[in-house]
Amino acid sequence: MTELHTLTIAEARALLDSGEITSEALTESCFERIAAVENQVRAFLDITEELALEQARQADLERQSGGARSALHGIPLAIKDVISTKGVTTTCGSKMLENYVPPFDATAMARLNAAGAVMLGKLNCDEFAMGSSTENSAFFATHNPWDTARVPGGSSGGSAAAVAAMEALGALGSDTGGSVRQPAALCGVTGLKPTYGRVSRYGLVAFGSSLDQIGPLAWTARDCAIILGAIAGHDPLDATSAPEPVPDYLAALDGNLAGLRIGVPREYFVEGMQPGVEATVRAAIAALKDQGAQIVEISLPHTRYALPVYYIIAPAEASANLARFDGVRYGVQSEGDDYWQTLANTRGQNFGPEVRRRIMLGTYALSAGYYDAYYKRAQQVRTLIRRDFQQAFAEVDLIAAPTAPSVAFKIGEHNDDPLAMYLEDVCTLPASIAGVPGLVVPCGFSEHMPVGLQLIGRPFDEATLLRAGDAFQHATDWHKRRPAL
Amino acid sequence: MALTLEEVQKVAHLARLTLAPDELIIMQGQLSGILDYISMLNELELADVPPTTQVTDLHNVLRADTVRPSLPRDDVLANAPQQQDGMFRVKAIFDENA
Repeated sequence: MTELHTLTIAEARALLDSGEITSEALTESCFERIAAVENQVRAFLDITEELALEQARQADLERQSGGARSALHGIPLAIKDVISTKGVTTTCGSKMLENYVPPFDATAMARLNAAGAVMLGKLNCDEFAMGSSTENSAFFATHNPWDTARVPGGSSGGSAAAVAAMEALGALGSDTGGSVRQPAALCGVTGLKPTYGRVSRYGLVAFGSSLDQIGPLAWTARDCAIILGAIAGHDPLDATSAPEPVPDYLAALDGNLAGLRIGVPREYFVEGMQPGVEATVRAAIAALKDQGAQIVEISLPHTRYALPVYYIIAPAEASANLARFDGVRYGVQSEGDDYWQTLANTRGQNFGPEVRRRIMLGTYALSAGYYDAYYKRAQQVRTLIRRDFQQAFAEVDLIAAPTAPSVAFKIGEHNDDPLAMYLEDVCTLPASIAGVPGLVVPCGFSEHMPVGLQLIGRPFDEATLLRAGDAFQHATDWHKRRPAL
Repeated sequence: MALTLEEVQKVAHLARLTLAPDELIIMQGQLSGILDYISMLNELELADVPPTTQVTDLHNVLRADTVRPSLPRDDVLANAPQQQDGMFRVKAIFDENA
């Protein structure tokens, strides 16, 4: 039999259902894989082996006596370390929360637990999800399984790398400006940022509250559909979670693209995009056409303003959200002469450079006299970006575009230039700002590194996104390529 | 738009961040560069454009006013750097001699 850790979630589920494998054997296979490759990949901040094996044995017992609880029952997954896990350290990749043990589960985590999923551990990320390479983790950098000299992308770099390295069958990440989609592209896996409000943010440590969404990463669109089905839906603990019903995402996967109108926005093929990335994405769009989709060129005219809008709104919201880290209720404390000095030392010494930079930027943008010039102006342009999508979706069912302007770059390459790093997100920010969903599927290679096709959909129409991603994966085998670690 | 060192110091104070003198200078350069880039938003005529504060289109989300259990006090205090008598311990905020 194939090594179990190489299975997709759907494949593993079928073998669990037929009794050919146990969750315990599947979970053990993941830990053997972790033991073999983790020193090269460094995706995990915490490995909860004992807990996972206990969950797996419990899943096997339940399955024997009463059948499976869900499609995820007994499936080993790993969780980005910005998602609160009761009793398991949740650091956000920050020294500030090095020893923080949440007294509650995030709703998404509670729903995975209720579905019977097995949690392998917590995954590395850029500190407080701020970054595009996972180099901003206060603990260590994660390496791209396709070339360990390169970054996995970020901020959910641990999530993408753990899946790509076949350490976990799937993972949860979070996406504020591209943090699920860009690492999925750079690591050659599938990743979904749901519509804002589709998945509860309760227990997701807040970065940009009007943008943050939890999303799944796995090998296939089908696997992402399974995870999304488990975590989506209204939650009274998050007032911004949507009361929209959750459709049966698996039922939407009919393998068919016929009749679908797909728009290709000319503004996404930005200046400076690597020619190999553009050619690979254009070839993928041609493959969608061969499968019966109708391809039309469209314009999203305010695309170029997404980056400046994002780098006002997200830091402004972050500066407010991160005000809670005062070294009093949780986190570490750095002593000063008095309360105020202790507060400023705690924050100055325990937030990393990128987090400090964004707090400063956000504080400046919200400070007296500058609010109208920055924050309000950014919110007005946010309206224009949102209207671009509304107009496009009157014409097309989906948008197809690149995910990132380049393949994974070398570790350390963008260290001295924050703006160059921010440009990594230029193709993913608009959907975040508009709150619409985006799915990334692997679509080929350039310079021997994976490239991802980004599909953007109407609000709450993840079903069509997943259907298109799944159909693409019927016709192509890019999602079956595995790195030679 | 170039920030002065005094402006950077003022923002660091507002954000309650102790920054080393050399970091203030680095921050001055980096923030000025980012603000320069952001100034591209000034190209747009926005007089008639309403701001988007959130994208859910939900308004006045209410819930039933029912009592539900809160977290046990010991669980909450377990993460506190300093605690005393079942409370968070902080240094005095007011100066009694002032």
